[in-house]
Amino acid sequence: MEPLSIYQALSSRFKERILEISDKTIDPFAVIEPTALLDVCTFLRDDPELAMDCLSNQTGVDYKDRIEVVYHLFSYKHRHSCILKVKLPRDNPVVATVEGLWRSANWMEREIFDLLGVTFQGHSDLRRILMPEDWEGYPLRKDFVEPREYHGIATVRESPIVRLDQKKK
Amino acid sequence: MSAFHTEEMTLNMGPQHPSTHGVLRFVIKADGEVMREAIPDVGYLHRSIEKIAEKVGYHGFMPYTDRVDYVCAMFTNQGWAMACEKLAHIEVPRRGEYCRVIAAEFNRIASHLLTVGLMGMDIGAMTPFLHALREREMINDLIEELCGARLTFNYMRIGGVAWDLPPGWRDKALAYLDHLEPILDEFNALFSYNKICIQRLANVAVISADEAINYNLVGPNLRASGVNWDVRKDLPYSVYPEFDFEVPLGRGEWGTVGDAMDRYMMRIREMVQSARILRQALTQIPDGPVLGKVVRNFKPAANECQVRVESARGDQGWYVVSDGTGFPHRVHVRTGSFAAMGMIQKLSKGLMIADLVVLIASLDVIAPEIDR
Repeated sequence: MEPLSIYQALSSRFKERILEISDKTIDPFAVIEPTALLDVCTFLRDDPELAMDCLSNQTGVDYKDRIEVVYHLFSYKHRHSCILKVKLPRDNPVVATVEGLWRSANWMEREIFDLLGVTFQGHSDLRRILMPEDWEGYPLRKDFVEPREYHGIATVRESPIVRLDQKKK
Repeated sequence: MSAFHTEEMTLNMGPQHPSTHGVLRFVIKADGEVMREAIPDVGYLHRSIEKIAEKVGYHGFMPYTDRVDYVCAMFTNQGWAMACEKLAHIEVPRRGEYCRVIAAEFNRIASHLLTVGLMGMDIGAMTPFLHALREREMINDLIEELCGARLTFNYMRIGGVAWDLPPGWRDKALAYLDHLEPILDEFNALFSYNKICIQRLANVAVISADEAINYNLVGPNLRASGVNWDVRKDLPYSVYPEFDFEVPLGRGEWGTVGDAMDRYMMRIREMVQSARILRQALTQIPDGPVLGKVVRNFKPAANECQVRVESARGDQGWYVVSDGTGFPHRVHVRTGSFAAMGMIQKLSKGLMIADLVVLIASLDVIAPEIDR
């Protein structure tokens, strides 16, 4: 099935819980209500016509007014794919985990939690994965400011050569 | 006599363990020689490449993509270039596409040679590693002639490739293929069909097709479990539809479908197929330019796309969001090693400690690709 007809099928089943279907982008996507995520995903996985057996990619994007979590689903059975998005508030991004549906979500959600600060409710092991455990802040957020030091180790080194150049000016 | 006293031990493996293929660490809970669980601890090679992309712009990010997976940098180059081309609707000249395929398939052979060689070293056989690396050196020489680098190639550009094939290179490449094919048979006789190798690998860490899909395993690891999926065949990109090649699948000849031996043999069989693609590409390559016209001030309109390339470690997904400026808004690379590493905790249950090394090597996990 083409992505757009998958979104049509979703929209006729879940009505207003599918907030938006975008066909303007190169890869069309559907925006769904965060509370409907588990229902929609369970349907996508278990419906024999759709059979999305693989969560091939899950990632987050920070926009200035919201954080989006993006789900790239794929069906090895039917060889088709679709993209789902949920839009979350920036100050308290919380969404249900899909770990119970696709095991691959475990690590990908940990990564999104680590780098963007999205909390996945019901996740079995939600802790930082790439950054150190005691790191503060979420580096992939647009307003993240790199700390000047980490445990006494400077993260920035001033260059003496550049400093001399600046003096000349 | 009282019962034999046993207790669970917590062991640390890594981060500088020679067989962990880069810098990564495991916390192993073991009962004697048998693991109850191996918990991976990654992030030692996190260089925030995705954040760097947001700071350096589209053209400037190309050398950084090499570092995502420095064992097969041609594919990360290609993934990034294809994502940008998809965003800005750029056509690549046909000779450019051929150069890409040739460079990438040579890189696949080089990467697989390293994998099969390391498998030998990980289970205690040093000699096969040296044999494999000797062959890989020659590919490094060829690629060095092509683009000046032996590991971090930075060969591709948005719109094509940086350099055309140098004079006489085609003959050298074909001569290398003539040399490689018999060497692979020799390598099989030396190591793959060796009784010790088979006994160490067969029936170890079996992954069923359903599990592989659920954990999002990709590439040779997925095909070893019998799932017929190769991006080059099933979502064709570049000029791959013009070549005749097979997609090898795990057959479980020595044990069970989806065991470590199957995953190991996938690499050997894929090298044969890559050589087959290379022969066709090197003979069919058309004349013409290798790099299309792309503006230096590359500013694709606000949009987003995902591209998938079949790297040596499988289906690699590049998700790029542009916002109309000269810098991407968000870049995400979904890599094969990340998914494979996420599965190790589950697979390790009940394995011998020595088999953890086999498991990592058979999944062909490369640490920089996990951490990015």
